[in-house]
Amino acid sequence: MTTESNQDYYRYMCMICGFIYDEAEGWPQDGIPAGTRWEDVPMNWTCPECGARKEDFEMVKM
Amino acid sequence: MSQLPVVVIGSGLAGYTVVRELRRLDSAVPITLLSADHGGFYSKPMLSNALATGKTPDSILSTSSEQMSGQLGITVQPYTRVDTLDVAANNVYFENGTQLTYSRLVLALGADPIRLPIPGNGADDILSINDLDDYRRFRESLENKRHVAILGAGLIGCEFANDLVAKGYQVSIFDLSPQPLGRLLPSEAGHFFREKLSAAGVKFLLGTTVEKISKENGYYHLYYKGGGVVQADMVLSAIGLKPRTDLAVAAGIQINRGIVVDRYLQSSIQNIYALGDCAEVAGRVLPFILPISHAGRALAATIAGNPTLLRYPAMPVMVKTPACPAVISPPDPGAEGEWKIKTVENGMKALYQDEAGNLHGFALLGTATNERNALVALLPPVLA
Repeated sequence: MTTESNQDYYRYMCMICGFIYDEAEGWPQDGIPAGTRWEDVPMNWTCPECGARKEDFEMVKM
Repeated sequence: MSQLPVVVIGSGLAGYTVVRELRRLDSAVPITLLSADHGGFYSKPMLSNALATGKTPDSILSTSSEQMSGQLGITVQPYTRVDTLDVAANNVYFENGTQLTYSRLVLALGADPIRLPIPGNGADDILSINDLDDYRRFRESLENKRHVAILGAGLIGCEFANDLVAKGYQVSIFDLSPQPLGRLLPSEAGHFFREKLSAAGVKFLLGTTVEKISKENGYYHLYYKGGGVVQADMVLSAIGLKPRTDLAVAAGIQINRGIVVDRYLQSSIQNIYALGDCAEVAGRVLPFILPISHAGRALAATIAGNPTLLRYPAMPVMVKTPACPAVISPPDPGAEGEWKIKTVENGMKALYQDEAGNLHGFALLGTATNERNALVALLPPVLA
């Protein structure tokens, strides 16, 4: 199991409603464990708050 | 022969959802988006928790109109107000007298905040927030203020109340209903929600109404039914939205509460469509993100030549109040059944079930919001 602890986790914001997906926390309610990279989040996953698609998300720089 | 554009009036979420989806389905059709304001894209839900999330009006405007037109290959005309429609000639007339001919027209006009006629010389200063420009005025006038009075303890009023108290402002919030989120929650849940927000500092004045607002030495005195008075240095109104239908009425397009459209989002005029806060589909006006996303995608497919019936699955509403997060799917007014309430550790689960135990709606508060996905799957579609 490759540990990537030295590499930071990133956060992605839904541009429709502002929901934040944090790689460090994942989204367990949808079966996405903590530490799941954004590119590993299933393509058909949608924003829990507004149903937006992955393409509606953008990486948050702060 | 240059093809006539699809013209969309309104650059809110509804307008931009149709335009983005249509461009995805048809890379060639000319599209013109008309906006009465800056025409940029931003998320309106972000406004009611922008203080806590450290956002400013500028940082909320994520994409300018120039960027949107570049990214999507469309024409965006900001600060362009439509004067009238000529539905026979398929023309839009602008206030400066020029006109634009469309192949199809989409009305994504949005809604106006409802303003109650309240007597008193302070009533003219009441602010309401339904777009980014309103929000900019709100943030500017919030400088050096301490106590905000909010009229209306519905979804928007409560979200702003929580956002303000989280930043140390004093908040007094009025509503005629005996509980906050009156239309969305059963009374026990309304009580639970109220307690949590009160604990966070929100002062509720419920079952009453503001009868007069007078401005004295820079403060607003809100006289409310029952003889009390609250002194605040700003008044915010959040008592609901009224669909913008004037343009449609003047053009002879059928309206009721909103612009009446069928399941293809088509109005009473064949090549004119409507969606979002200004539209009424199957007798409902649903000014929320999820219905607008579904309507925008269905309408884009229809305009792209693949007629698509609008369907709404169950669409719970997220209430972004950190003091008591809530996920609510109100039962259909006609649904038979009753509320069953269960208190959990730091939360409450209210289920609306019929005799056979079928679920028709729910309200999840606090920790119970994590049951959302499981319960949504059990709900009937809003529009099958």
